[in-house]
Amino acid sequence: MVKQGVIPDELTKSFYEAANDDKLVIQNCKSCDLLQHPPAAACRKCGSGDNMEWKGMSGKAKIYNYTVVYDTPIRMLQADQPFNLAVVMLDEDPGIQMYSHLPGTPVDQVPVGGSVEVVFEATANGQKVPEWRVVG
Amino acid sequence: MTTPNAPASFYHLTEGQGVWPHKGKVAAVGIGHSPTSRRWDGTPENTVGANSILALRKAIEDAGVPPDQIDGLVIDPVTTTGAHWDANDPIPMDIVNFYNATDDPLDGIAKLSCEWLLKNMPELKNVKFTMYGTGCMSHAIVVAAQAVGEGLTNNCLVLKSWHNLEGRYNQAGLSAAENVPGSYAAGPGRTIWGPPGCFGTALQFAEYCRKYGKSHDMMAPFMENSRRNGLLFPEGYWAQHRPEQLTAEDYLAARWIAKPASLFDNDIPIMVSGAYLFTTAERAKDMKQKPVYILGHASNRGSGRSLTPTLEEVQTETGSTGRKILESAGITANDISFENMYDGFALFHQFHIEGLGYRGMKFGDALDFYQTDISIEGPNPILPSGGNIGSGRSRFWMHTDSIQQIQGRAGARALTGVKPEIAVSGGPMPMGGNFTIWGASPD
Repeated sequence: MVKQGVIPDELTKSFYEAANDDKLVIQNCKSCDLLQHPPAAACRKCGSGDNMEWKGMSGKAKIYNYTVVYDTPIRMLQADQPFNLAVVMLDEDPGIQMYSHLPGTPVDQVPVGGSVEVVFEATANGQKVPEWRVVG
Repeated sequence: MTTPNAPASFYHLTEGQGVWPHKGKVAAVGIGHSPTSRRWDGTPENTVGANSILALRKAIEDAGVPPDQIDGLVIDPVTTTGAHWDANDPIPMDIVNFYNATDDPLDGIAKLSCEWLLKNMPELKNVKFTMYGTGCMSHAIVVAAQAVGEGLTNNCLVLKSWHNLEGRYNQAGLSAAENVPGSYAAGPGRTIWGPPGCFGTALQFAEYCRKYGKSHDMMAPFMENSRRNGLLFPEGYWAQHRPEQLTAEDYLAARWIAKPASLFDNDIPIMVSGAYLFTTAERAKDMKQKPVYILGHASNRGSGRSLTPTLEEVQTETGSTGRKILESAGITANDISFENMYDGFALFHQFHIEGLGYRGMKFGDALDFYQTDISIEGPNPILPSGGNIGSGRSRFWMHTDSIQQIQGRAGARALTGVKPEIAVSGGPMPMGGNFTIWGASPD
């Protein structure tokens, strides 16, 4: 299941460079001590972009819930339907979510609330992105 | 004249503001709709601009107001949520030149401006106030009500129009690209993970079912009721083109889009325009139609903290919206005769009505409520309009029905189990919408 290639832009350059090094980093406002994802130019709480940093994460998360996608608008994924599409929440802060196809998990057999760990998957142009595998 | 967007101050966004200062001083007195169609047929007579003119003229005629007395126009300039004009497609200049064009050749074809309408409706020669309520009819209604309440216009047209083109929603552009920008890939919405439009709602519904012990098949009575009411709505798409009752078996056999959201949990994109005429309560007294008074309005602009709002975030927002609705009109939930809240994903209608506390509902109650009598003949009607599931994606059937029920003009959909005196309509999204409270009396 190959995802569309990703071309990092200024806002996401650090996120994707870390992914290529098999590391997960999330934007953090040092002033508010608040993680945020997706990346943004400024902190969603204080509105300032002056104190943003990239913070390393443990790569552990829990599955919030999921759907099984049978009709995606993304052309490159249409041959792989149906597929799981889950939202996972980071252990460091359950308010921070990431999408996952949960590679290795059979369709519609997703353990909601279960633990997952990050893996890094190459997309169509070789750029890696965080993915998540069920553990335990 | 360049039309501005409505300022944020026009919307009732926070709790604690009390009763709307213009309660009962603004009234709806005219309704007009174009016919529906599935897609644009390529002719000038079927453009979104043509439909808009038709709907506006019908609303004016319905109200019995001379066009030269119309002094305001509020519309939503966006006419699709997914049928975007491909930049590589040629502009059909024969269509553009069939009308009095603006500087934007797609105006009247794949978008709409107040300027285009005024250029093509010469009878509206005294319109001095124009404003955009960008989002959907629910935005435009709030903006127009506020404008009339503040005395910025006395006889104000309100319009929402939809175009629909060949092809499926959102399948082109980035969805078809080999490579995409990093911000898009990391963001919410369609992204490289491939969520369809209903993904967020399906996810919240899945969590709702897990938390409260409910299941997707419990939606079947709601779906049957919506299609039944929609087939009694002569202005709607299903009544005009596909008068087929949806059975529980049909619903449960439908293909999945993003399980637990199936095909029928999504409203069908169509072409249609709807218009209303609002005026002052004083002026409304001597008009052709019975006035329906606006008692208040409320809005929300919530967002989840990360990619997709959680059930908890949705319920926090809808609970707040419900309180704003009641506060704005100075009513309690027990005063509401019927509800017409949005259903363009069927699987979030329960979030709206639970947040409102309709018929004493609390979070987690709605799917059980759907197993009781929710028909137009019963004491607890749900979406007598049939909503967008019952009549196609207009996002305005709920408002039309609320006005018509209170006026006694709902025809075969007329409520018989309750006296239609106070209604709540609006939407679209539980985390971002606008709601209007309508009353038979200004008090």
